[in-house]
Amino acid sequence: MQFYLPIAEVSVNAFVLFGLGGIVGILSGLFGVGGGFIITPLLFFIGIPPTVAVATGANQVVASSVSGVLAHLKRKTVDIRMGTVLLAGGMAGSASGIWLFNYLSRMGQIDLTVQLAYVLFLGTVGAMMLQESLRALRRSKNAAPIKRHQHMWVHKLPFKMKFRTSGLYISVIPPLLVGFFVGVLAAVMGVGGGFLMVPAMIYILGMPTKVVVGTSLFQIIFVAAFTTFMHAWTNQSVDLMLALMLILGGVIGAQIGAQLALRLRAEHLRVLLALLVLSVAGKLAYDLLVQPDDLYSIAVGGRA
Amino acid sequence: MKRLVLIFFLALAGPLLAEEDVVAGLSQDRIDITANFDGSDILIYGAVKRDAPVPGGTMDVIITLEGPGEAEVVRRKARVFGLWINTDKVVIDRAPSFYAVATTGAFSDIISDTEDLRHAISIPRAIRSVGAPHTIQDAPAFTEALIRIREARHLYSLEQYAVRLTEQTLFRADFDLPANLVEGNYKTRIFLLRDKRVVNLYEKTIFVRKVGLERWLFNLSRQQPAAYGLLALVIAALAGWGASAGFRLLRR
Repeated sequence: MQFYLPIAEVSVNAFVLFGLGGIVGILSGLFGVGGGFIITPLLFFIGIPPTVAVATGANQVVASSVSGVLAHLKRKTVDIRMGTVLLAGGMAGSASGIWLFNYLSRMGQIDLTVQLAYVLFLGTVGAMMLQESLRALRRSKNAAPIKRHQHMWVHKLPFKMKFRTSGLYISVIPPLLVGFFVGVLAAVMGVGGGFLMVPAMIYILGMPTKVVVGTSLFQIIFVAAFTTFMHAWTNQSVDLMLALMLILGGVIGAQIGAQLALRLRAEHLRVLLALLVLSVAGKLAYDLLVQPDDLYSIAVGGRA
Repeated sequence: MKRLVLIFFLALAGPLLAEEDVVAGLSQDRIDITANFDGSDILIYGAVKRDAPVPGGTMDVIITLEGPGEAEVVRRKARVFGLWINTDKVVIDRAPSFYAVATTGAFSDIISDTEDLRHAISIPRAIRSVGAPHTIQDAPAFTEALIRIREARHLYSLEQYAVRLTEQTLFRADFDLPANLVEGNYKTRIFLLRDKRVVNLYEKTIFVRKVGLERWLFNLSRQQPAAYGLLALVIAALAGWGASAGFRLLRR
């Protein structure tokens, strides 16, 4: 069944979109990330123009994070105060990101920037996660306790604030910076930034793991919503038809993913996620390094 | 005096009015892009009307179907520091979003270059590219690339011998419109040719429009981008909330 997308102006198979949404939903349910970092490149692969893929991907992230946060609120694992501070940084970052995106679009280097950003961050985060999860896997076999670093450079900065849910008393500067950085990436790459936010919160801010996912999703909702709105407003590149099909597929997939998550061990899950992230990075790096079949391309948005 | 003027004009108009006229029809003169639009076929058919017996020599027909045109930017990648990056670009002044040519014979056998140039019939002629920046030496390569890319997407095509001409009078050709169609007014041109020269031209417009939901969404996104953005967010939030509520019900 073909569907004509009004904004992307291409016709795509509805089942392919349901399938894509479903796969991303499964991953989202399994790993607790928005899934934007995987949906945007998948949309490139099936021929959606990059600007539409980025903006519409952000819209899908809003839906999956809303769903996730509601579940976490019930379990009281959302640090709303920390989320708000991260959000303040995220908003500023998102606005700068949109500006950067439009600037690079005009320069004709948007594809390169998005791809480089993907390769760089997916590669680094994937490699770090793989290393960490393999070590955790080995350690869990030996059943040795994990020690968390309590006092880092972060704790010496001014403007301290109490974050009760996380049990932290730290400066607001690091969360603001983390939020800002993730916000820029969210706008440029069309991702919520969960896969960056989660490790940053654990390793840089020192938050307890149980509140990290919910808090990350909480602030991702607003950053992704802001990104979606700005793209719709300035670039008119959000395709509602496309978003709808992705969201519907994602909703069903998330349920399956959540069920699967109960049957798999946490370390195995992290290894799988790391491998997945690395393979996406590898594919994109391959495209940049190997001579393309056609050196010429027609600029997207040449008509607008 | 009046009579003289009339005779003068009749004499002048005589050769232009040609003895051979095209009478043509289209299987549809309006295409609606609906949500499940999956391409469309168009049959263009017609006859040659004559006041006199069929003249000697052979007659040929060329039919073109042209989508709305716009300026396009074609970019070329080159290797910089080991990465393949867009480096050069050429702005093509006007290129149709869709262009199909069907003929009764081999293109170069049935029409002269001058006539092709005058009426902009062949694919390269239908694309207008005036100037490229001085820094780019091989500007035609960019136009060729545009044609090659659009041919691969079935947006540009030259189908020789695709027009069937019966008894030097009746002709017909089928066109396939792909699913990735841009909306706008599509121009059909039917050329009658003798001795490589155009003796008659007939034009008609096909209206390609998004309708229903497609139309509504597209207009909203352009005319009320803020409302459209909010709608996208409301839908996402509702879907997220609905999913979470649904899961809870299922688990019970």
